[in-house]
Amino acid sequence: MGKHYPRLRWIALNHQIPPKFFTKKIKITGDFLFKNLAAVIAASAIVILIITGYVLTTDSVPVIERFGTDFFFGTAWNPVEGREVFGALPYVLGTLVTSGIALLIGVPLSLGIAIFLVEMAPRSLRVPISYLVELLAAVPSVIYGLWGLFIFRFWILNYIEIPLSTYLGWIPIFSGTPFGLDLFTAGCILAIMIIPTVASISKEVISAVPNSIREGAYSIGATKWEVIRHWVISYGRSGIFGAVILGLGRAVGETMAVSMLIGNATGPAAMPTSLFQPGQTMASLIANGFLEATGELEVAAYVGVGLILLIMSLLINVGAHIMVTKVLKVKGGAVE
Amino acid sequence: MISNYAFRKFKNHFFFILCAVCVVLAVVPLLSILWEVIVRGAPQLSINFLISTNANGGIGPAIQGTLILIGLTSLIGIPIGILSGIYLAEFGNNHYAATMRSINDILTEFPSIVVGITAYGVIVIALIGSYSAIAGAIALSFILIPIVARTTEESLKLVPNSVREASLALGAHKWRTTLSVVLPSAKSGLITGTLLAVARISGETAPLIMTILGNRYFFQGLDQPMAALPLEIWRDSLQPYASAQAQGWGAALILILIVLSLNIAVRLASRGRFKK
Repeated sequence: MGKHYPRLRWIALNHQIPPKFFTKKIKITGDFLFKNLAAVIAASAIVILIITGYVLTTDSVPVIERFGTDFFFGTAWNPVEGREVFGALPYVLGTLVTSGIALLIGVPLSLGIAIFLVEMAPRSLRVPISYLVELLAAVPSVIYGLWGLFIFRFWILNYIEIPLSTYLGWIPIFSGTPFGLDLFTAGCILAIMIIPTVASISKEVISAVPNSIREGAYSIGATKWEVIRHWVISYGRSGIFGAVILGLGRAVGETMAVSMLIGNATGPAAMPTSLFQPGQTMASLIANGFLEATGELEVAAYVGVGLILLIMSLLINVGAHIMVTKVLKVKGGAVE
Repeated sequence: MISNYAFRKFKNHFFFILCAVCVVLAVVPLLSILWEVIVRGAPQLSINFLISTNANGGIGPAIQGTLILIGLTSLIGIPIGILSGIYLAEFGNNHYAATMRSINDILTEFPSIVVGITAYGVIVIALIGSYSAIAGAIALSFILIPIVARTTEESLKLVPNSVREASLALGAHKWRTTLSVVLPSAKSGLITGTLLAVARISGETAPLIMTILGNRYFFQGLDQPMAALPLEIWRDSLQPYASAQAQGWGAALILILIVLSLNIAVRLASRGRFKK
């Protein structure tokens, strides 16, 4: 220590750092301890993020080293020892297709609910209906799966899939013999599961639209629906967009209900060519196969799929956060 | 002109009805779920079903496992989450806190199965070397911590600054102010947020698959595999036997009772407080 002292002194002299800098004592007080303890504990967030990133990257190294880009763009999935080959493409596409169906069905429904709750419902109905919609979020995913497996799947099969495949079966995406355990059913259950997320955020956004906007629109003779469609929705569209992206994030990461309803195809059979055929998403693949994985390479393959899922969900969520804040900053929440 | 007006009026009514239909379409699944779970699950209920092992036709280990998981996770996750929240709310006016805040936001949207893989890699493989109860609890607390941190922050921010200033003016230190004045003022918000977070993790299934694995017997130690209700429901529902499926519905009834009673209790308790 003493050996370095002249050097420090030199730095202090030449950079005009007050000598006090080297002698400053940290006073240990209750406040100091409390603040820094809380700061250290608050670092748990980044610790969790780093641990997750570290485990998923290091544990998937074997499979990525062995197959390279084929892991991301291949379709085969064969865990038999000596002939192993793993490709994640069908599951990435399966995730995109089911989430897409969920958004197509779930977003209009959620917007309808949000509009009904804020603009149309009688005051006495608002609270009970929003409780019910929020309860949808409280039901555990595995119970959605159980209900889907024994009840919902037959609704979809009998009232949607069979008529569609009978009359529109010549369209490729409706081809095949519907069985009820397929991409479409999984997408529908996801649609129900994202409703509470999208509806409650859209509700907040719509009720934040100032009343002067509505009054102005009414005063030029617009009907209630025109006010909602052309003024309220346009005013809140950046917030609604954020709600939709958060719903997408939820749909992408949802595991249990999907794994019970999607039919569990693997390999090239899982490529989504028709909505009415068994498929697989990344999350459901891991849930269904992880425990049966035997070799080191197979475990690494599942972890690798998890890594792709993690990156996808990170991109969606970070993108949503950046986009929504940016949009809000530029426009100040106002109409263009 | 008249016909145009009639058309606009028609459109107005049409979309009014359409929005009402949306509400019905969302509420029907919820009511159907509750109805089926009660109708199919209630006949299973008996003292034997609640306390004996699977071999004797009960789901005792699963109920015990879920309660242990909830307890352990709360023990790990709630103190960490609340302290993080305190930091974010009381000392959070800097870049470090802003970063932690957005990371917490991202973590709450993490796919839960990825959390399961993390706990598998760190605890099941590296630290303990077997599927274990503690691995499940740690995986669940990874989900719990960010939620509790954010809700704590939100409810602490609702406490008016004048309360803090009054305490500081009396000569209390910042830590004393936070612990004895700010936290009690935000008590009901804290309890609400924490209970909702606990309700959410008690239904999580995906991270449990590769951490606690499941067990046919009662609790055998923190480093041993353990049963849990969500896993029980999942495994039972995929069995081809009607008796196993019926057991799954019974387990679903218990789980939904735990989760919904937490939710409804919270809503009744906080009624009026968050009314807008």
